[in-house]
Amino acid sequence: MDRDSRDRTNDLVVKVATVNGTGSASANGMLMQAIFRMGVPVSGKNVFPSNIQGLPTWYEIRVNKNGHTARSPNFDLMVAMNPKTYGQDIKEVCSGGAVLYDSSWPLDDALMRDDVTYLGVPLSHMCVENFKGARERILMKNIAYVGAVAALLTIDLDVIQAMFTEKFGSKPHLIDSNDAAIRLGYDYAIEHFDCPLPTRLEPMDANRDSVLMTGNMAAALGCVYAGATVGAWYPITPATSVMDSFRGLCEKLRKDPETGKNRYCIIQAEDELAAIGMVLGAGWMGARAFTPTSGAGISLMNEFLGLAYYAEIPAVIFDVQRTGPSTGMPTRTQQGDFFTLAFASHGDTKHVLIFPADPGECFTFAVQAFDLAERFQTPVFVASDLDIGMNDWVCDKLEWDDAYVPDRGKVLSAEDLQKMDAFYRYLDSDGDGVAARSLPGVDPKGAYFTRGSGHDRYGRYTEDGELYQDVVDRVARKIEGAAEALPPPEIRLVDNASIGLVTVGGCRGAVLEAVDLLAEEGIALDYLRVTGFPFASAVEEFLLSHDVNIVVEQNRDGQMKRLLMLETAVLKSKLASVLDYGGSPLSATVVAQGVRDRLSMMTVQAG
Amino acid sequence: MTQTAKPSVQHPGLKPNKLGLTRRDYEGSQSTLCAGCGHDSITAAIIQAFFELDMPPHRVAKLSGIGCSSKTPTYFLSDAHGFNSLHGRMPSIATGANAANGTLSYIGISGDGDSLSIGFGQFSHAIRRNVNMLYMLENNGVYGLTKGQFSASADVGSKAKRGEANQMRPIDPASTALALGASFVARSFSGDKKQLLPLIKAGLTHRGFALVDVISPCVTFNDHEGSTKSYAHTRDHGHKVVETDFVPLLHEIQAEQNRESATAVTMHDGSVVRFKSVAEDYDPTDRDAAYAHLKKLQSCGEVATGLLFIDPTSMDLHEFENTVDESLVGLPFDQLCPGSAVLDDLQSRWR
Repeated sequence: MDRDSRDRTNDLVVKVATVNGTGSASANGMLMQAIFRMGVPVSGKNVFPSNIQGLPTWYEIRVNKNGHTARSPNFDLMVAMNPKTYGQDIKEVCSGGAVLYDSSWPLDDALMRDDVTYLGVPLSHMCVENFKGARERILMKNIAYVGAVAALLTIDLDVIQAMFTEKFGSKPHLIDSNDAAIRLGYDYAIEHFDCPLPTRLEPMDANRDSVLMTGNMAAALGCVYAGATVGAWYPITPATSVMDSFRGLCEKLRKDPETGKNRYCIIQAEDELAAIGMVLGAGWMGARAFTPTSGAGISLMNEFLGLAYYAEIPAVIFDVQRTGPSTGMPTRTQQGDFFTLAFASHGDTKHVLIFPADPGECFTFAVQAFDLAERFQTPVFVASDLDIGMNDWVCDKLEWDDAYVPDRGKVLSAEDLQKMDAFYRYLDSDGDGVAARSLPGVDPKGAYFTRGSGHDRYGRYTEDGELYQDVVDRVARKIEGAAEALPPPEIRLVDNASIGLVTVGGCRGAVLEAVDLLAEEGIALDYLRVTGFPFASAVEEFLLSHDVNIVVEQNRDGQMKRLLMLETAVLKSKLASVLDYGGSPLSATVVAQGVRDRLSMMTVQAG
Repeated sequence: MTQTAKPSVQHPGLKPNKLGLTRRDYEGSQSTLCAGCGHDSITAAIIQAFFELDMPPHRVAKLSGIGCSSKTPTYFLSDAHGFNSLHGRMPSIATGANAANGTLSYIGISGDGDSLSIGFGQFSHAIRRNVNMLYMLENNGVYGLTKGQFSASADVGSKAKRGEANQMRPIDPASTALALGASFVARSFSGDKKQLLPLIKAGLTHRGFALVDVISPCVTFNDHEGSTKSYAHTRDHGHKVVETDFVPLLHEIQAEQNRESATAVTMHDGSVVRFKSVAEDYDPTDRDAAYAHLKKLQSCGEVATGLLFIDPTSMDLHEFENTVDESLVGLPFDQLCPGSAVLDDLQSRWR
């Protein structure tokens, strides 16, 4: 891939290839954080194996002064630290790019390209000379390559050294060794190479109101702020860090100051069936409860999801999507669960889904999810993905409105119940499809029987067709009524565009960048990002007002496109797909090329 | 079906309990199980137990899975919230509900299909977490609602209605629960209300997971000759271990009268359960002995009944999780949401 000769300051991609379990993850995170602290727009994508130690792993850092920080596969600098993947890694570097490698051992001639620059640093030799013990030598080699990259890209060493102090404040000897290691790499690069490279960094002021955050941390924070008290889960990549973060936050923020006891309860369940069962038990009792999981867990939860839908029990489920089907590639991202979420469980069901695009929305949507779940008395799914959930994103600082009051929906108090002639759990008294509920333990008058078996509007068991239909039809109306209460779709219109580019979730960054790229080529595109299901009327209006809509999503079968086909009046012939489902975060290159291809196919067909 | 018409007028002779409620206030709707079903006797004992314990019905949560036994929560405590959940999944619903609100009393009704096959995992893990609930396992060795298949508790040699004999070894819930570390394990027989009632009361008062395995013959599919869970077989082969006399704290005087040959165990709420050993040396607080005893009787084809094991000091789910004493459901929002200043502070470190 050839890069043009534009000014490459603050416009570059670095890929670091290492072996997992060697401490490289924290070194790479530090590199990315240092760039963030320089005020430059940046993203870091961890590409890791489903393994603890010894397999290849990569970390991709994209810097873009215009704020386009979706993944880009145009690698300018390859930090090749894993000889086992040298072949692949060196092949991936852009023409005109550079390869930084450990020159303690020579590179095989077969790996030589004449269009890239090779920057050999004897990292292993230097670390053996300067540090004692195998573990420290391996760890410090990571820090040493960070030093070399700092010199090559112009990262201020003070910024990195400040991070050492923050991180190892209580262990001065670690600060010293890290300082020494960073110097080794930095000084060697300054001495031996023409630093900096043409692709270089320069301080900006783009991150003043930003923070570095993963979507899973943001989702956990949303659970804390929404007042969730019960979390049940079964460990699964890439959702595990939602509960880890929730626990960490609760330990700080949710202790009774007098007794030291917990104002929350986290249960690690025996499987996802039990996890969602616990959430429903807690939701039935009146607590705000949630479970984080991924597609494999959703499959197991299907049985209970039908019960929750039919018995009308609030629940919040975070589906941090990974590649399927089956075990798939557990550490790679995808958006493959739309079908299974939309209609989870047997019989006629339809679920409320919301799709955050980034960690900021993971926070706000998490809070909204609890409100929606209680208002509509149904499970609400927050469908993010591995890229959003596990990678550090630069996001706008989160804000919280202290005037927020949870929307508990129609929950009857003892006083409410006492005023009523009789309470019937599934009787819709005001025609909005939502029947009031009572909570256990509040008042004898509120007692009713919750069941997944056929019931009538009075909550009584029934095998009568009409009485059964009366309830399921109301539930259908209730769910349709949720469409306009979900986060509104994101729409960006330009002049004279007859083509709509439609996307969802974490594809946002790459798609918006592609819209810019294609605009430069004279291709005008209106943009729609779907944020909820059932679809808001604005989604249908957008689709109907364009000659063609190209739906960009990360699964093989165009699941979102098909949902749009099913649930809106748009004609199948007016929908096309751009699909990317190999497990990497989406890049604008892929989107732009996909759009060009679709458009040229249409021109051919039209001609 | 059991079609006993219930007059709406209360009998003037019905004695009220401490709450001023009569036994009738603890009943539910009419049973739709087969006439003579053992489960109905268990329901009657449950009603009696709640009544005698003076428990406010609406402060009880009653849960079940799927199956004949799981239909029974409709037949008692109509003023309590009920949850007829999914096959084998009641323990998880109960666990979550209990986690959210530990201030209610929980009773779960399950059967041998529900607990020992499809729900074996959840049953085991509720024991492991020591969820504070009474877990009634109405055990008839057969799938009733699907008309007579063997369940996992069917004994070797037990004959199905069509004559074929079961060859696989049964899963015994009592010894399984003991092995899993259950804090309360009892077994009884639906036809012996005198023994069953105090066991139910003790189970309700025990803090932690109280298993009461009740052999409850299926009159339709498993009460014939050759069945090891028939009325006749259980009556002939039942073997009482410990006679339980449950005495709530407020009835201390009556308890005194029975003290002579009893082993007294103080329950968490201060009430006392007294165990009268039928076998002279039986100690219901010795798990190993309980296990050995169960196995010994089992090998003679006998069913050990009574209170087999109790550990009144065990930690329950809320103690493991160190939760606040009050219900999590009732916590005011300002104790849950840390507010904008804390959010700003947290984020100052995420740079």
